Amino acid sequence: MSREPRRPSVAIWKFASCDGCQLTLLDCEDELLRVAELIDIAYFLEGSSATSDGPFDLSIVEGSISTAEDIERIQTVREKSAAVVTIGACATAGGIQALRNFGDVEELMRIVYATPDFLSVLDTVTPITDHIDVDFELRGCPIDKRQLLEVIGSYLAGRRPQIATDSVCIECKMAGQPCVLVAEGTPCLGPVTHGGCGALCPRFGRGCYGCFGPMDSARPEVLAPLLTTMGMPEDEQYRVFHTFNAWSEPFRDQPRPVPVTLSERSTS
Amino acid sequence: MSDSGATAALPDPAAVSLAIADLDRLISTLRDDGRVVIGPTTRDSVMTLDEIAGAGQLPRGWLDEQSPGKYRATPSETATAFAHGPPSMSWKRFLHEERTLVISTSRTNGAMVIDPAPAAPEKPLAFFGIQACDLAAIGVLDVALADDAAYRRRRDDLLVVAASCTDSVATCFCVSAGTGPRPGPLADIVLTELADGSLIADARTERGAAVLTRAGLDTAATEADCRSAAALVDAAAARQTRHLDTEAIARAAAAPDDVGWDAVAERCLTCGNCTMVCPTCFCTSISDQTRLDDGCAERWQIWASCFSLDFAYVHGGSVRTSPTSRYRQWYLHKLVTWHDQFDSSGCVGCGRCITWCPTGIDITEAITS
Repeated sequence: MSREPRRPSVAIWKFASCDGCQLTLLDCEDELLRVAELIDIAYFLEGSSATSDGPFDLSIVEGSISTAEDIERIQTVREKSAAVVTIGACATAGGIQALRNFGDVEELMRIVYATPDFLSVLDTVTPITDHIDVDFELRGCPIDKRQLLEVIGSYLAGRRPQIATDSVCIECKMAGQPCVLVAEGTPCLGPVTHGGCGALCPRFGRGCYGCFGPMDSARPEVLAPLLTTMGMPEDEQYRVFHTFNAWSEPFRDQPRPVPVTLSERSTS
Repeated sequence: MSDSGATAALPDPAAVSLAIADLDRLISTLRDDGRVVIGPTTRDSVMTLDEIAGAGQLPRGWLDEQSPGKYRATPSETATAFAHGPPSMSWKRFLHEERTLVISTSRTNGAMVIDPAPAAPEKPLAFFGIQACDLAAIGVLDVALADDAAYRRRRDDLLVVAASCTDSVATCFCVSAGTGPRPGPLADIVLTELADGSLIADARTERGAAVLTRAGLDTAATEADCRSAAALVDAAAARQTRHLDTEAIARAAAAPDDVGWDAVAERCLTCGNCTMVCPTCFCTSISDQTRLDDGCAERWQIWASCFSLDFAYVHGGSVRTSPTSRYRQWYLHKLVTWHDQFDSSGCVGCGRCITWCPTGIDITEAITS
């Protein structure tokens, strides 16, 4: 009688984030039962109130580090886990909350919260890799379901995930999708953005807005003048590079334009 | 290509005349032969390539403008279906697919069994309306992919109905590349379209002649029509303004380190678009994947670009980290070392890399200034 091999135990953790990336696991509707056969989902508050103290074979981490407690907790996750994979723009780049890194956190708290005294946050929001060793980072805001399954599948097979790190343009061309930037003059961040979405927006006639962050050799400084010629004002360019992956280099380094007042813009 | 110059001979005296409606008979005959007919067609305001079932899907009445980093196609009053520049994608994807299954493995009674890729029963292809530059590109791929079984299978069964170019867009330079605008020797039939949309069909092989016969297309073309057709193609050739700078290429070959690559690379996004649209860029990488459902493994051959950092990844990192090194690699391979490797240039003058480069880097003047 053959003994069933032990299923690897998997924990899914949330830090500063919106929960959308871990929801991707539940979105694997057709594959979810098979995944649950192959792994023991030991800690996943979004899916089950049953928890485990670990240790875990694999931890999947969503969210960025925003508080002093987060720093302690992520160390514990690392200690309890044989492998750590981070998922999503928050965990891999700081996420949209890292926008506060560009301003004064005290001032922002006063603007947003009625009683900022109750808050205790770090001055900067940082990706998980700034704090612990991470075995693999999966990009996206949110991540792509097929890529999550690839990461889990590669872990189970003991191989490297087959996740391309080059541009969205490659995915457009592989899909036979004509370039919206060249053929329609639509501003598109595809040439500087990490693929993985399957060129979702361009396939629907929209420009890419960079939710997977910079590709492996992104050159936003080369794309920016092109966006200018397409009629995108510099402050808008600053905004498109400073969304979900604002704290990722080289998007982080895109210069902030001199603010233009509304009256100046209407007369220009 | 001996018969591709601007002053080539008139079509063969045996050339036949086709009305617009006859194109449907030609396409139907190819389909009745069991072929999948691929041709230019308009999608999302762009002339691209896809399977066509009839002449109604051809981009009749569409004109395109192409310039560095810019493509626009617009409907017009024209009666022609073939007076356009190279379609947005190249024909290579139908012979050399973006993803090809190489092998798969399965577990049988506890043992691993390697299954060669299933040679799926595929219908033979017919390329309908392929232009001279793209036809020459197939000749280039024939050498580069001579040992690729999937390519050979499709290529051996291919029937080619080429179209002479009766217009050139601003990015065309087939005359300078020596590939057009008259389709070269790989065509079975060459169509040349007149201004009113009627055509002259010139069979170049017995197979091509047999197709015309089966389609019942046997009205001899008049000498006047043949002269008009030749004049249109000559005019298309004369309209080309771009030329490969052979002196600059020779200088780059002799002293590659002396070329000012940085000046070009300053505008390079390293996005890889040029390689994806190039009709001769054939590089692939291998991806080993496992399936969750049954634990079986698959090995895929997937298009790759030398502009991707991973392309030149060896132990310890990529050997071409800078945009300069990657542009230099692509340019020198395409125009210089291709000759050493495959005995021809890797560039056929279609100009797609110029049109579809977001920043409009121009291979014909990249290193001249």
